[in-house]
Amino acid sequence: MKKAFMVMKVLIILFIIALLAPVSGINNQASAFSQQVIQHGAVGDDVIELQSRLQYLGFYNGKIDGVFGWGTYWALRNFQYEFGLEIDGLAGQTTKNILMKSSDYNESFVKEQINKGNKFTHYGGTDLEKQKGPSGGQGGATGGQSKPNPQGGNQGAAPKGEGQQNNPSAANMPSGFSENDIQIMANAVYGEARGEPYIGQVAVAAVILNRVGSASFPDTVSGVIFEPRAFTAVADGQIWLTPNETARQAVLDAINGTDPSGSALYYFNPNTATSPWIWTRPQIKKIGQHIFCK
Amino acid sequence: MLKGILIGVLSLGVAGTAFWGYQEHREKNAILINAENNYQRAFHELTYQVDVLHDKIGSTLAMNSRSSLSPALADVWRVTSEAHSDVGQLPLGLLPFNKTEEFLAQIGEFSYRAAVRDLDKDPLSDEEYQTLQNLYGQAADIQDDLRKVQHMVLKNDLRWMDVETALASGNETGDNTIIDGFKTVEKTVEGYDETDLGPAFVNMQKKDENFKYLEGKEITKKEAVKEAKKYSGLKKDAKVRVEENGDGSNYGFYSVSLEDPDTKLEANMDITKKGGYPIWYIMAREVKEQNISLNDASNKAVEFLKENGFKDLDLFESAQYDNVGVFTFVSKQDDMRIYPDSIKMKIALDDGKVLGFTAEDYLKSHHQREIPEPSITKEEASAKINPQVKVMEDRLAVILNDLDQEVLCYEFMGTLGDDTYRIFINSENGYEEKVEKLQNAEPIFDDVV
Repeated sequence: MKKAFMVMKVLIILFIIALLAPVSGINNQASAFSQQVIQHGAVGDDVIELQSRLQYLGFYNGKIDGVFGWGTYWALRNFQYEFGLEIDGLAGQTTKNILMKSSDYNESFVKEQINKGNKFTHYGGTDLEKQKGPSGGQGGATGGQSKPNPQGGNQGAAPKGEGQQNNPSAANMPSGFSENDIQIMANAVYGEARGEPYIGQVAVAAVILNRVGSASFPDTVSGVIFEPRAFTAVADGQIWLTPNETARQAVLDAINGTDPSGSALYYFNPNTATSPWIWTRPQIKKIGQHIFCK
Repeated sequence: MLKGILIGVLSLGVAGTAFWGYQEHREKNAILINAENNYQRAFHELTYQVDVLHDKIGSTLAMNSRSSLSPALADVWRVTSEAHSDVGQLPLGLLPFNKTEEFLAQIGEFSYRAAVRDLDKDPLSDEEYQTLQNLYGQAADIQDDLRKVQHMVLKNDLRWMDVETALASGNETGDNTIIDGFKTVEKTVEGYDETDLGPAFVNMQKKDENFKYLEGKEITKKEAVKEAKKYSGLKKDAKVRVEENGDGSNYGFYSVSLEDPDTKLEANMDITKKGGYPIWYIMAREVKEQNISLNDASNKAVEFLKENGFKDLDLFESAQYDNVGVFTFVSKQDDMRIYPDSIKMKIALDDGKVLGFTAEDYLKSHHQREIPEPSITKEEASAKINPQVKVMEDRLAVILNDLDQEVLCYEFMGTLGDDTYRIFINSENGYEEKVEKLQNAEPIFDDVV
């Protein structure tokens, strides 16, 4: 009986903490921005706040997604222009101070909407209830693609009441590639080279990209990968194994311009290669089990 | 009694297995036929496109008026690209069939260049007509060869799946009409090579600059290792592996890999033999948390570049992927951005260390350029822009255009609706060299819901 009482007590305390938590979040609003200078390309809580505040003042009309893209950039510059600040597109301390003075930020509202994946806005002078959109199927905090993303911006700043993660609902992509392109390439790299050292995997991804750029091969990522008999992993179905994070990173590195293969168009494993022709290609270098050639 | 039941069960089992096997067999056949049909379609489309190509080039030769030439050449370009994609669908990956693909790409490039040019001002030269005539003849030969193969395929009821099997078993020596036929096509094309394509074809394939602007003397393996240690910041006792490039490489380089004995982390880099410049560097590790901002990281990147002797660079793009910051720098000359000279850097957002570095483009193209004065003014250039676009920013910049030439342009950044565009107007003749829609963030598609 006593034990049950204790359990009850703990539960009640937990319940009270849970009730208080959002309140403390609101109290902390005034100093929510962290110390960082926010610049184009940044991702995270500070960006969500920046977008919300810019939208409150009517400068930003895009989606509040936590990614500092071009829309946010121009909004910030317009804000800096209107308020007589230096127009540099960077949210430094002065800009943030003035932004905080001139706008309100209802953090719990914004976070809640993002978590629910709703379409919503955060304009000043309008009832927030009316700015809630219908629940959306996509986006949201549980995004499968986004890694647990501890926002560094929070560190050292006042703790945010809720203990839950708030991930941005969008992500940066290298220009010219979609998440799906990256996924297909990660599949191919994993299927072809999962046992290889990391740079060997980057090199395989680079070969795919070199082929896309070459006159002798199809002009798209999927065209190159699914060209019959081009990759053994495609032929034997290993391409449909679920790639790991390493393969994905390797693809991103290759897309960002790293080419450990030395501009190779072919590679082969000398132990398993069946075609004698492949040996006639001029060889550039060997990484792991693979020989890369022109 | 027991025997009877046993026999009954067994015979049921046999019947079941037979039925299952039959089902599987039917499914397999259905899939085989499907794959076969895809190959057949690609192949017959290819021969058809080459037919069309031949005719189209022929008719452009006959054209007199410049105004009808441009659309006709554009059409040639379209057909080559379709033919090219058909080749890509055939199971020829391991057959040396790339000459034919290159040939198609060359016709495509030539016709594209000629089609986008203002032929009234700058008509086809005699050499270019000659080139066109050659292409016409070559297309005829390829068409002929392909038709022969096609004829055999149809007459003998040949299957592409057999080609697959023949190639897969490495048994290419056997009598395989399709493979032989394609080898003949390839030989025909190889015969032309690039020799008779005329002066207009110079620079048609992407130029390989081969680090020709690099200065300095050849370095030794030891010096390469020293350089690599400097970049990685690893201690002296790191495990070192150095290799020279293979014979097939266009330029000399050393591949150095260093392994930290404590953490087992590996740093890899390639260094040019000439001058010892870092082509790329990767330090592979997981970055689990973010402690510094993207802005701090960009300052770290700038610091790193300065320390390593890279000067006059402008931060052009920055983006955060998970807990890694990626930065692109381009060089600056007299306050003009030189886009072909680019360096990319990857900085970890946990400790601000360099994770990756790529200077290949920069090393291949960076040099002191003779940049001509713009002959039109900024106002004249901005008048060429779509009036719907709201210009937010402008500057002068050197870019590589579609024809792989460096041109000085006015660069305008502007918005149209929610999108941001980067527009390059040639500073000499006011051509719109490039219009890029800048990438927006991509929504994260939730695969949980």
